[in-house]
Amino acid sequence: MKPVNQKAWLLVLPVVLCVAFSAILPLMTVVNYSVQDIISPERRVFVGTEWFKAVMRDDDLQGALLRQISFSLAVLAVEIPLGIALALSMPAKGWQASAVLVLVAISLLIPWNVVGTIWQIYGRTDIGLLGAALARLGFDYSYTGNATHAWLTVLVMDVWHWTPLVALLCYAGLRAIPDAYYQAASIDGASKFAVFRYIQLPKLRGVLMIAVLLRFMDSFMIYTEPFVLTGGGPGNATTFLSQYLTQKAVGQFDLGPAAAFSLIYFLIILLLCFILYNWMQRVGTQDKPESGHG
Amino acid sequence: MARIELDLAHAYKPNPRRDEDYALLPLKMAFDDGGAYALLGPSGCGKTTLLNIVSGLVRPSQGRVLFDGVDVTGQTPQQRNIAQVFQFPVIYDTMTVAENLAFPLRNRGVPADRIAARVGRVAEMLELSGQLERRAAGLAADAKQKISLGRGLVREDVSAVLFDEPLTVIDPHLKWQLRRKLKQIHHDLKLTLIYVTHDQVEALTFAEQVVVMTRGRAVQIGSASDLFERPQHTFVGHFIGSPGMNFLRATVVDGEIEVAGRRVAAAGAALVALDAITLGVRPEYVTLADAGAPGAVPAVVTQAQDIGTYWLVTGRLGEANGAEGALVRARLAPNQAIPKAGDAAWFGIVGPHTCYYRDEQRIEGAVA
Repeated sequence: MKPVNQKAWLLVLPVVLCVAFSAILPLMTVVNYSVQDIISPERRVFVGTEWFKAVMRDDDLQGALLRQISFSLAVLAVEIPLGIALALSMPAKGWQASAVLVLVAISLLIPWNVVGTIWQIYGRTDIGLLGAALARLGFDYSYTGNATHAWLTVLVMDVWHWTPLVALLCYAGLRAIPDAYYQAASIDGASKFAVFRYIQLPKLRGVLMIAVLLRFMDSFMIYTEPFVLTGGGPGNATTFLSQYLTQKAVGQFDLGPAAAFSLIYFLIILLLCFILYNWMQRVGTQDKPESGHG
Repeated sequence: MARIELDLAHAYKPNPRRDEDYALLPLKMAFDDGGAYALLGPSGCGKTTLLNIVSGLVRPSQGRVLFDGVDVTGQTPQQRNIAQVFQFPVIYDTMTVAENLAFPLRNRGVPADRIAARVGRVAEMLELSGQLERRAAGLAADAKQKISLGRGLVREDVSAVLFDEPLTVIDPHLKWQLRRKLKQIHHDLKLTLIYVTHDQVEALTFAEQVVVMTRGRAVQIGSASDLFERPQHTFVGHFIGSPGMNFLRATVVDGEIEVAGRRVAAAGAALVALDAITLGVRPEYVTLADAGAPGAVPAVVTQAQDIGTYWLVTGRLGEANGAEGALVRARLAPNQAIPKAGDAAWFGIVGPHTCYYRDEQRIEGAVA
């Protein structure tokens, strides 16, 4: 048998310490809160899974969760195709390529709360370019009064803010495809669409997976922009999960339910990412089932 | 199928002035229908450019390309009906092997039953029949390269199949198999094949005619034995063979050829008017000679290596004025006394296989 050097554990120790202080201990605090009813620092009652049950039955939370899921799906449905289309139409080389890259990246450099502020002004019907233009065209546009308008404005804002990320990732993926593929496709007589369908899209699979996961996670945790733009309203039309959570934890100081809900929130993201990742890994790499001929 | 004629030059830069600005210097060349050709030369000699001009991926900056007498200079590879296999295998990842092979036909709107028949035939020829339903992305490099080739062969009316160093990523023991497969396909289908490589063994075993290229120029077109026995250009002598040809400075004095201060042969009519020339002799044809023998020069052996089936002996000639002369390499059969390093020896350098050059070009009728 090989001799085992137990001192090797010391090498792992720094990482364990870092992770403990940055992730495990805070998470355990949350777990601690989620199973107790803390009335005052001296008086606390162990309540078991009581908070979890209460939170799961909460109508407001269910509403926020549904809104959140539909929002994230809408974000993916718009930003991914739009990002691919943008990347395909960006110039491949020369000074135009550099210029376009900088232009496209600008919105990524703006802080979240500034994005919210920009759109808050942009959408105002008295002084905002978008709002005033829509009003002039005869639309009764109001992101503060109309729930649908508010929801759409938040979506468009997110598309404006984050589609460039998808575009940049796809652009990098496209540039990594060797010329020989395009040459072979031209020799094989492939149409433009066939080149996209059989060369570009399959070669983008890796970066698209990253793009989908990033955009899904980020949009699922969206907080600052709608908070600045609409404050979650009108009503709670744009109250997404993280805002609901903040209201509970910081606004009402309901630490128990907030902690229970944090854990559920965390598990939902983990689960959905796991499903997405596995699905994308599998699509396009699976062998087709054996068919009759051949 | 087509006879391909080229009369062109190509520069990637606009407004080329000097020779160095050209990727391909003006050249005139024809590839016969059904021939197997190789373009051989070191990296950057213009062979891939020439291939891409034939296929239509690159448009020559001057001149034209004719297929069976028809000017196709402005046509795309698809219009020319060319097939090309690249250095790295190009396959469509999401498709099965069968779908990959069918792709060029599907794009051209061929009916499904004809496609199936054709794919079956090509797969059989390339020994891919057992893998038709497998996803092409999961196969080994040699199978992928066969698929690339198959996509070219699947079109019955293809004008020519072009190969751009197709065996670069293939394991050595499979290279040999694939090369044999190519020869067999050439034999069976009588297609025009043009094969780019920097490996002389690959070129000489594959092709009937080898085009040797250097610095944008096609310096000789010929069979393996032409290139070996009668290199028209010193580059060919140097590039083909292992080691390459020996080149020795020579002068013509009183109607005789003088090397390293010794008169080795009588100069032919073509040489009499010249004074400085170059004598070229392959190491295979250099012999050990007796001291003072005609056509031999004295040298000091600097190295003698046993290469297994032969000895490689290197000697340095002495010039008449006592200065150090050129090196001569000889491939000697092991059944004779091999001189050791430091020995004095005489090398026979003149024989029926000795060539003479001026300005890097071979001179015909050099010996009386």
